[in-house]
Amino acid sequence: MSDNTAQSTHTIQLTLKPGQHDGDGQRVAEAAARHLGLRTGRVRSAALYTVRYPLSETQLRDFATRCLADPVLHEVRLNELSGADGYATYILEARRPGVTDDEGTSAQNALADLLNEPLDVHTQHIFSKKLYLLENDLPADDLRRIAEELLGNKLINWLEVGRVADGIRDYTPRPGGGAEAITEVVSLTGLSDAELLQLSKENIYALNLEEMRAVRDYFAAPETQEERKAAALPADPTDCELEIIAQTWSEHCKHKEFAAIINYKDTETGEEKQIDSLFKTYIKNATSEVDRKLRANGNDWLIKVFSDNAGAVRINPDSLFVWKVETHNSPSAIDPYGGAITGILGNNRDPLATGIGGARLLFNTNVLCFGNPQYDGPLLTGQLHPRRILEGVRKGIEDGGNKSGVPTVNGAIVFDDRYAGKPLVYCGTGAVMPMQFAGKDSWEKIIDAGDRIIMAGGRVGKDGIHGATFSSIELDETAPATAVQIGSPITQKLAMDFLLLAARRGLLKCSTDNGAGGLSSSVGELAGISGGAVVELERVPLKYPGLRPWEIFVSESQERFTLVVEPGKMADLLALGQEMEVELTDIGYFTADGFLDVRFDGAPVARLNMEFLHEGVPRKILEAEWTKPAAAEPEIPAATDYTPTLGQLLGSLNICSRESVIRQYDHEVKGRTIVKPLMGATGQAPQDAAVVRFNFESWEGVAVSNGILPRYGDLDAYHMSAGSFDEAVRQIIAVGGKLPNLTPGDGIFWSVNDNFCVPDSVYDATTNSDGKQKLAKLVRMCEALRDATAAYCIPLTSGKDSMKNDFKADGVKISVPPTVLYSMTAKMEDVRRAITSDFKQADDVVYLLGETYDELGGSEYYALHGQLGANVPKVDFEKAKALYTLVGQANDQHLIQSCHDLSDGGLAVALAECTFGYDCGASIELPATGLPLPVQLFSESHSRFLATVAPEDVVAFEQLLGQRATRLGLVTKEARLLVRHAGSTVISADAATLRSIWSNGPVNQLLGVGEVAHLNHPPAV
Amino acid sequence: MVQEAQEAAHKVQSEAQTQAGGASAAVRALILTGFGINCEEEFAAAYRLAGAEPTIVHLNQVLHGQVSIHDFDVLNFPGGFSFGDDLGSGVVLANKLRYRQTGANGRTLLDDIRQFIADGKFVLGICNGFQVLVKLGLLPNLGGNVTPEVTLTHNASGRYEDRWVTLRVNPNTTTPFLTGIDTLEVPVRHGEGRLVIPDAALQQRIEASGLNCLSYLDANGDGTHVYPFNPNGAALNCAGLTDPTGQVFGLMPHPEAFLSAYNHPDWARRRRQNPHAGEEGEGLRIFKNIVAHIAHARSAATPAAELATQK
Repeated sequence: MSDNTAQSTHTIQLTLKPGQHDGDGQRVAEAAARHLGLRTGRVRSAALYTVRYPLSETQLRDFATRCLADPVLHEVRLNELSGADGYATYILEARRPGVTDDEGTSAQNALADLLNEPLDVHTQHIFSKKLYLLENDLPADDLRRIAEELLGNKLINWLEVGRVADGIRDYTPRPGGGAEAITEVVSLTGLSDAELLQLSKENIYALNLEEMRAVRDYFAAPETQEERKAAALPADPTDCELEIIAQTWSEHCKHKEFAAIINYKDTETGEEKQIDSLFKTYIKNATSEVDRKLRANGNDWLIKVFSDNAGAVRINPDSLFVWKVETHNSPSAIDPYGGAITGILGNNRDPLATGIGGARLLFNTNVLCFGNPQYDGPLLTGQLHPRRILEGVRKGIEDGGNKSGVPTVNGAIVFDDRYAGKPLVYCGTGAVMPMQFAGKDSWEKIIDAGDRIIMAGGRVGKDGIHGATFSSIELDETAPATAVQIGSPITQKLAMDFLLLAARRGLLKCSTDNGAGGLSSSVGELAGISGGAVVELERVPLKYPGLRPWEIFVSESQERFTLVVEPGKMADLLALGQEMEVELTDIGYFTADGFLDVRFDGAPVARLNMEFLHEGVPRKILEAEWTKPAAAEPEIPAATDYTPTLGQLLGSLNICSRESVIRQYDHEVKGRTIVKPLMGATGQAPQDAAVVRFNFESWEGVAVSNGILPRYGDLDAYHMSAGSFDEAVRQIIAVGGKLPNLTPGDGIFWSVNDNFCVPDSVYDATTNSDGKQKLAKLVRMCEALRDATAAYCIPLTSGKDSMKNDFKADGVKISVPPTVLYSMTAKMEDVRRAITSDFKQADDVVYLLGETYDELGGSEYYALHGQLGANVPKVDFEKAKALYTLVGQANDQHLIQSCHDLSDGGLAVALAECTFGYDCGASIELPATGLPLPVQLFSESHSRFLATVAPEDVVAFEQLLGQRATRLGLVTKEARLLVRHAGSTVISADAATLRSIWSNGPVNQLLGVGEVAHLNHPPAV
Repeated sequence: MVQEAQEAAHKVQSEAQTQAGGASAAVRALILTGFGINCEEEFAAAYRLAGAEPTIVHLNQVLHGQVSIHDFDVLNFPGGFSFGDDLGSGVVLANKLRYRQTGANGRTLLDDIRQFIADGKFVLGICNGFQVLVKLGLLPNLGGNVTPEVTLTHNASGRYEDRWVTLRVNPNTTTPFLTGIDTLEVPVRHGEGRLVIPDAALQQRIEASGLNCLSYLDANGDGTHVYPFNPNGAALNCAGLTDPTGQVFGLMPHPEAFLSAYNHPDWARRRRQNPHAGEEGEGLRIFKNIVAHIAHARSAATPAAELATQK
């Protein structure tokens, strides 16, 4: 064998040996038939690796057979791209230049180990691809549909299709080239209003006219001109300066609408008022008030609110709980997988980089809003099918959470046609941080002039450029591909492990994450602490050459942290980075001169006055006008048997089981999850909130819940918001949590994140004629939030708003309904006192806790009949608080055996769900309350629970709960749900049948292991 | 500080080595981490609760010679996604152990691990760790030459899954990890847990030697290939393997995720029915077994024999 010619490009193809199950291929065939109606015949998958590295023939063969191929499963072909007998067509799926290729990186790692030589792992030498061979001779158009609608995404993948007989076309990205490292000057002098707006739109600055004028005026000001002259900068702004301003002033980063002055008018009452910032009025001030009440009662656990990447509360004298929930909607609309995985990883970086940094992640939670996945109508240009968005987002959460080793303990999926344009993807992460690192308070961010700026983690590419500004505008068919990127959980895991150790060794002064806006945002914000910074962009390590300085500065390439390090600790820090294989680069230093100073090879690229940058954005003045929507209660004919209705509800999109989604998330890595999403002997009883213990040495833990009820917003945004808040509170009460501040110094922390996702709410006579009403809804949502925090004495610790959730294409606009998510966490003193929802034992007594009202408005029962109704459920905070206090006391006395909160589908659905954990039933007699039967069964009145009590505890329980508990009946050994009312049976159903309807609902049908029966052949030996 | 108890374990080399040199009483467990491994904390908790002394180290500290595996009694490969499982689960890590030279003499960590086993010590791999041991050829290692003989690949369902399963211990197994255990409930959390055995002869040898030490059970307590009781479609319904010595043990499910009774999905009803039952989870038994076995063997060994095995 001639072993001397070291070729520089090679192809390695791995195919499965005959007889090995080709799951990938089979899935493609099934999905093509199921979703596109295309018959592919058999599909055979192969993995391709293109190696651009000089290897001898022997080295190549060794690499392929020893490192890449599994000797049991694979056949290896070298340097030939061939089909196989009996396969007519092919699809080749590669990545576009610069798109994250973790598989390629890992292969490179393996090659370096095999050769035992250092291989620069930051230059991409190996490119991974997939090849699918299809039996049937499908036309190119059909192949392209399979490629684009099932396999890849045009924005990130390069897709080749064709006939095998014509030869398989390969594609390997050649990143780089393009622009040189030059900085351009953009003149704003003398531009008309129209020209200013045009400039903003063309460059995706997402700045309005007033903001563009403010920028123009800043540069035209004589003192600016003087400063620039002295610093050798051109009179006109550089491209980098405008990009920094655009990113810093973006809605995403600056929350301009939450900070605006709003003129609010109620057309019904004639009331008019001016609101000086929604954030200040309803969120910040409300939390300050709560904090005052807490401290007055000896509860001083609120440590950090609204001022860092995540909020922090004290668990005990030793440790802090850090909690953050964010959204990642726009990226998920155009690349669901990439959008969701970067959402998870990005949100993980928030608690990781709070204060000094180095918190230990404890759990993730995700709440998702999608259009109907069963939709079969036409799609708009650039719009992805809701099913595809659901599947992509689900996969992104799976990889983002599982590969980071963070359990996804809880979540929700809400379906509404209005999420078909932009889905909502909420990601939450809880973490634990010691109170001190090396003698310093862990939650503080302190920076002094002279401290070094270190970039840690991934390298910078063109990916994610304009993410911050792009998410601040409505989405249309021209969405830029550079705004999308694929996260690399493994790169981040390495950086995370590093951060943990660096913080504990006292090597970090503080840190922040690189998310939206990249370095521009992270350094720009940190520089606010010291009063300035100098950044030397030529030092920033790049994924490939050809980026302009401004691109390097605003790129949102993932998995990066910005660290602040005292010069004396640099050597130790760099050594640790090398040991743990995390790239660290010193890119500049902090100053106190009041300027953000950016350079490339010594030449000035940007120099902006920090005060102008952070405070110079003109305040918006917005108009809100509330008109109560016309609504009426429908006439729905009464039935005598509501069993079929209950079945329909259990099988409906918003109520049915999400097991297929839940089980693909690891919800128990770390071994601390005590209440999981599904519990009971069957593993199918849905729970209200998660409970996670903090460690293995104590029983302290945290309960986690999410409240979201967008449907009610169509009737009244105030009650929607109040109800969502209450839902999250009562879920925590249901699993055994307790309200805060009930007794002096009880130390039961609550930490809540609010996340508003609304459609464009800025009035414009032509493009957004109902903007005033939309903004009025937002105001009302905020008012409810303030009232709820005050009533329960529950503080907000962080939050986020996403203001432009509209999708526009082909002249059509799809806007999300105004949506708010309240993500709550509360300390559990002893997780062993947690309560699960499922009925436990026959003869336990079933109680309804709380009161049912004639409130079917917005209910799932009405939705089943195509109605909205009028009577939206309302929260009586005082009554709710009193009940929650009693439930906590009952649990203290060990009186409660199961507890489930009542929500979608009301009492009837809750009763059914409680039988799912262990095949038991219930015999229920509805009380004579005077309420119509459907109201008793299906009303979604808030602040209610279904609880069971052991026979021996009934007296004590009834004494404690008094009128708040209504005895409904008994848990039965017979697995039948029997509900009687006024002498007749109104529901009678086999519990197993109900569970089967629920678990075979549309979500599991769509995503479940439906085909598994024939996959599960006995071992083929 | 309780919360950060595992910090101590992170502060590697100096302490690890002093502990190793000093206290001879404690059983010492070395737990590898880094590069995407993510179950090291519960692994350490398991050994701590079992009375051993766990030490978590970054793989590089072993590869770079700062920590020697020979100072420990049991070497552990936790679960996670080493190198993202990008080339197949466990592949890149196995590759590193086999090929990466740790010294000028061309020695690899695999050479050390073989020595470690020859010294009578123990190796445990769970989930991704099990995958590493299989891809390395340390399991089942019927041929004794550490060459991959079987593989673990994508579940028959084609998906990652987190669900609880019931396992039966093969009565013919000799591994001390499973002493006295008949059945065991544990969660599986993997996408690539389907054992594939390439030929019938090999399968027969595995069965004959009782190396298929754990099998998935259905609701009636029978071994099953039926989903979801057998969550991945593994050959021989097999959830775990040992090598012929019983010193090397790997399994797909996660006993380290069942250290407390309150980890089980049905804990609330079970506690009600049996309020005086212990609060330990069944998964802990495996760790207690091996710790007890090592402690017992040590106390039985003469000081001279102990010196000999420690080199």
